[in-house]
Amino acid sequence: MSMHLWIIPLLPLAGAAVNGLLGKRFPRALVNAIALGFTAAPFAMALWVAAQFAGLSPDQIPHIERYATWLSAGAFSAEYGMYLDQLSVIMMLVVTGVGFLIHVYSVGYMEHEGGYYRYFAYLNIFMFFMLTLVLANNYLLMFVGWEGVGLASYLLIGFWFLKKSAADAGKKAFITNRVGDFGFLIALFLLIKHFGTLQYDSLWPLISRYPVETGAAGLLTAIGLLMLVGATGKSAQIPLYVWLPDAMEGPTPVSALIHAATMVTAGVYMVARSHLVFNRAPDAQMAVAVIGTLTAIFAASIGIVQTDIKKVLAYSTISQLGYMFMACGVLDYVGGIFHLMTHAFFKALLFLAAGSVIHGLGGEQDMRHMGGLRKYLPYTFWSMTIATFAIAGLPPFAGFFSKDRILWSAWSSGYHVLWLVGVITAGMTSFYMFRLWFLTFFGKYRGPNPETVAHGHDADAQHAGHTGAVQDAKDAHAAAGSHGHRSPHESPWVMVVPLMILALLSLVGGWAGVPHSLHGSDRFGTFLSPAFNEASATPGAAAATPAEAKPESEDNSTELAFSSISVGLAALGFLAAWWLYYKRPELPERMAKAAGGLYTLLLDKYKIDELYGAVIIQPLILLSTNVFWKGIDQGLIDRAVDGSATDAREASDAMRHMQSGNIRSYAGWVAVGAAAVIAFMVWRGVR
Amino acid sequence: MTEIGTLHYLVVAAALFIIGTIGVLTRRNVVIILMSIELILNAVNLNLVAFSRLYGLHGQVFAIFVITDAAAEAAVGLGIIIAFFRNKETVNVDEVDLLKW
Amino acid sequence: MIPAVDYIRILPELVLSIFGIIVMMVDPVLPEQSPKKPLGVIAVIGVLAALAATAYQPGFYGSAFYNTVSVDTFSVFFHVVVLLIALVVILISFEYLDVQRIRSGEYYALVLFGTVGMMLMSAAVELVLIFIALEISSISTYILAGMRRRAAESAEASLKYFLLGSFATAFFLYGVALIFGATGTTNVYGIAHYFQTQQASVLAYLAVGLMFVGLGFKVASAPFHVWTPDVYEGSPAPVVALMSTGPKAAAFAVLLRVLFATGAPGWFWMVWVSAALSMTLGNIGALVQQNVKRLLAYSSIAHAGYLLVAFAAAKQVGISAAIFYAASYAAMNVGAFAVIGHFASEGEKYVTLDDYAGLGRRSPLLAATLTIFLLSLIGIPVTGGFFAKFYVFSAALQSNLVGLTIIGVINSAIAAYYYLRVIVYMYMRDERVEAPVARIPAGLGVGLAISLVATIYLGVMPGRVLDYAIQSAQDLLK
Repeated sequence: MSMHLWIIPLLPLAGAAVNGLLGKRFPRALVNAIALGFTAAPFAMALWVAAQFAGLSPDQIPHIERYATWLSAGAFSAEYGMYLDQLSVIMMLVVTGVGFLIHVYSVGYMEHEGGYYRYFAYLNIFMFFMLTLVLANNYLLMFVGWEGVGLASYLLIGFWFLKKSAADAGKKAFITNRVGDFGFLIALFLLIKHFGTLQYDSLWPLISRYPVETGAAGLLTAIGLLMLVGATGKSAQIPLYVWLPDAMEGPTPVSALIHAATMVTAGVYMVARSHLVFNRAPDAQMAVAVIGTLTAIFAASIGIVQTDIKKVLAYSTISQLGYMFMACGVLDYVGGIFHLMTHAFFKALLFLAAGSVIHGLGGEQDMRHMGGLRKYLPYTFWSMTIATFAIAGLPPFAGFFSKDRILWSAWSSGYHVLWLVGVITAGMTSFYMFRLWFLTFFGKYRGPNPETVAHGHDADAQHAGHTGAVQDAKDAHAAAGSHGHRSPHESPWVMVVPLMILALLSLVGGWAGVPHSLHGSDRFGTFLSPAFNEASATPGAAAATPAEAKPESEDNSTELAFSSISVGLAALGFLAAWWLYYKRPELPERMAKAAGGLYTLLLDKYKIDELYGAVIIQPLILLSTNVFWKGIDQGLIDRAVDGSATDAREASDAMRHMQSGNIRSYAGWVAVGAAAVIAFMVWRGVR
Repeated sequence: MTEIGTLHYLVVAAALFIIGTIGVLTRRNVVIILMSIELILNAVNLNLVAFSRLYGLHGQVFAIFVITDAAAEAAVGLGIIIAFFRNKETVNVDEVDLLKW
Repeated sequence: MIPAVDYIRILPELVLSIFGIIVMMVDPVLPEQSPKKPLGVIAVIGVLAALAATAYQPGFYGSAFYNTVSVDTFSVFFHVVVLLIALVVILISFEYLDVQRIRSGEYYALVLFGTVGMMLMSAAVELVLIFIALEISSISTYILAGMRRRAAESAEASLKYFLLGSFATAFFLYGVALIFGATGTTNVYGIAHYFQTQQASVLAYLAVGLMFVGLGFKVASAPFHVWTPDVYEGSPAPVVALMSTGPKAAAFAVLLRVLFATGAPGWFWMVWVSAALSMTLGNIGALVQQNVKRLLAYSSIAHAGYLLVAFAAAKQVGISAAIFYAASYAAMNVGAFAVIGHFASEGEKYVTLDDYAGLGRRSPLLAATLTIFLLSLIGIPVTGGFFAKFYVFSAALQSNLVGLTIIGVINSAIAAYYYLRVIVYMYMRDERVEAPVARIPAGLGVGLAISLVATIYLGVMPGRVLDYAIQSAQDLLK
């Protein structure tokens, strides 16, 4: 039976095509209808597919659909096809569901922006690639989605392209991602070389035959590590995380969709999808766990001192992704995906709520200029509150169950150090999130006098506002603002409703995975774990082997004890934040002074960007300018001014620079090359 | 006194080749560079003809083709040089320097 | 007695030569003031006829004219590639020639003759013929490079290309003479037989090296690439479209025939080093370029490097990867230069990055098209460029060329930067100069459509073309 899964990714693509090509002439309402219609439909279809999927017997899972041969080169072939198992069902639902909500929110948020149709076209393209990535039935098609989301995110981050920082951030994201992508690509080459295929269904049985590479690292370790390089790029882990904070230059809903709920999770998805490789490569798996854990605490420590509301969320995203990697690294893929899902809910919510705050304050992003907003933005406040409690890991919110599951897995599989770091990070998370919460919603409003608040819609629009279309939008809005934007105000309902839905999900989303220790039934785990069953590699075999029997009961009390430790730390974080940012708000500044260098180091994000700039980017530019001199300006123009330049300079140029423009020096290069070739060949011939 | 063998021709050809190459690298007048290239082609011809002693007429036929080609190349080359001269009023290669880096 | 079937085996070349002569004869007949479009139309018809003749060839595989020409899948594949390049180049030249006031008669005739040379290069299996074909294509392009006769840059490009080109050809010829001396034959199959049966002499090694120098120059691989940026910058854009793809593909075909198919010894490390150098020098050189034509010239050096990586990978998989790469590079690069040529407008005034600022708003269609070609050059999926790179590196790794693969992959990452820079300028910068954008004329439209469709087709459904590439590689190895 075919479920026509191909329709799911193609719907957003169709929406993008219609809006992108014709949207310029459409009225806004029509652009909205198209953008929302073509994202609601795949969500509806995903629900239908999920229902169908539930009805499949275990031997029909994974459900694979093949549409056409993409290419066949000798023994190697790849096809257009879709692969549906428990993992892709969950990913598909998260992507379409959260994606749809964010589309709805965007209608309100982007209302006053120029290039409205373009924005939705990009957003839909992104959905297309993300769904391709998730549903592909082979690595090559997955890679298409993988590169595609990078490209779409480049377009979206750089959406306010008139602003230089936005354009640069887009470029940075794209290039950093490409570094990672090539790791992934080489992993694929290795797979082709040794297994001759990239189709999941033919690959899994082949990999299953390999023994676990204990002791000597082998092929699968290499593949796993290269995949990890790819994943660190896409999922913003050490050392390739640098693009994500900058990516906050994009519109806030974009941050919610791409940098919280979907694209950044692609790396986690890929690692989970490749679990057979990692299961057999302890070293690679260890590397995943360590990098994840390090990233978690590293990013959390930076998050503590950030003052830009979106930057805090950006670092918290990196940190939470670290947890997911940690889970995958200790082979608790279910935990990783569980956290991926709950994180998608509460982080999307956090970003959207932050967007609502920014929107309500006319573009202010600095938390030092907020405060007391719970009076002005009640809905935003309450949804943000739920999200904050969720991310802090306080029961019974969603984040508690998923984070706790990961920490327990880390402990119970013997990685006690990772557990310790994870728990400390949990405390830090709670602290910086409640810091954000208190700074934003409590105390006195520290912004400019409400009477004189600038009318500009949004900081983003303000700095973009120096040319045509955007300027018009801004003017129009400034006029409209005269009756609405005088003081902080609640957002329109199109923005609030998605917030409320996500708030609900952040509250109850974790209940699907209540662990046995809390007398839950862990339905999520029961549903998902077959996908990570070794035997599920071959279709039909899943039925034969029952799901792994987990050691139960005797661990329950220990597990509970550990839960209470992390909850305790989270509560401690809350209290610290309450003390510092509510009770005694003058304290933090004094502490910052006392901490001195450490504080500055954190504020400068450990100067990693500067380090990369000095070690990698500068040398390349220097090489390029020095070897090939300065190009046109110093070449043509200088020469024209100088008239007949001196022979001396010319000679030195000819010596120094390959591209001197002099025919004789070019002939010299050819002759030198030829001489080298002749010498080499004579040597070869004589030998 | 030994007979002049194939090797002698080859050495002369190699000498011509090197002289030609050096000419290309050191002379500044475009026309002389062109002539130096012709010199290399003649080295090739000498080689081909010399090898013909060993392998039959092949090489000589090839040499005739090379001569023909050299003529065509010279014709086109002189045309290009004239076109260039009209623009820059020089045939000194060191003044051919609009395009670089 | 030459059998009639032999003429079928060179039918495309014959057809195209005849049309070239027709163009030259019609040119003086046309009234002085009348538009010269008819000449272009004749040229297009000629190319289409030659394509038809090529399509007719697969029934007549075999060698012709005393074993100087061999018609097989390999030659047919390159014929089609080269003819399609010529077709697009002629189409995009319609408007360009009027704008730049270039004499149409010689131009179209030379394009056609040059194409004949390139086609012969891919079919020839006799070094004499290879040499003549090489010269036909080279001499045509020397002249084409200088077609903007009033522009000093164009004349200079032509002179540079000519002097360095004939210098390199001389090396090639010297190699040919030595291989004749070493093996006693100038036939590719004869040479192959020699290498299979006998221990190669020093002379043979030397000959292989010298031939590589000459051909390396034609494909613009380092360190024989130095002419490329200057010549591409100065030559008319449609001519660059032709010479950055056509002769490159053809010279590569020759390289495959005389180095690879003969089983010649000793080229591996030469090609390895040249590939690594080309990729690195090309990409690093491109980083700081302000002139778009020059930037793409450096990029073309880098792409020659990728091609050589596939060549070094050897075996069937490497060779088919290289053949596929040549085709997809042709599609995207011709397209890119078509856009550049149109946008450059009169006297090729607008060719720096600053001129491209804001092009996305002034001419969305043109900018979008160029963006797709650039994305393909970067190697983004669903474009031909992605698959081409994918096969090349995959082949390289299968041949255990780990070092070269890593160098290549790093280079591809660097390369993204400068292609992206063009896109950034087009979409994300304010326009500083008011560079006018003319309406897209019909010829250019069709030409762009062909390249665009080819670029996307090779990315979405590479299967067919790849099959041909594999078939070609097998033919070559027979």
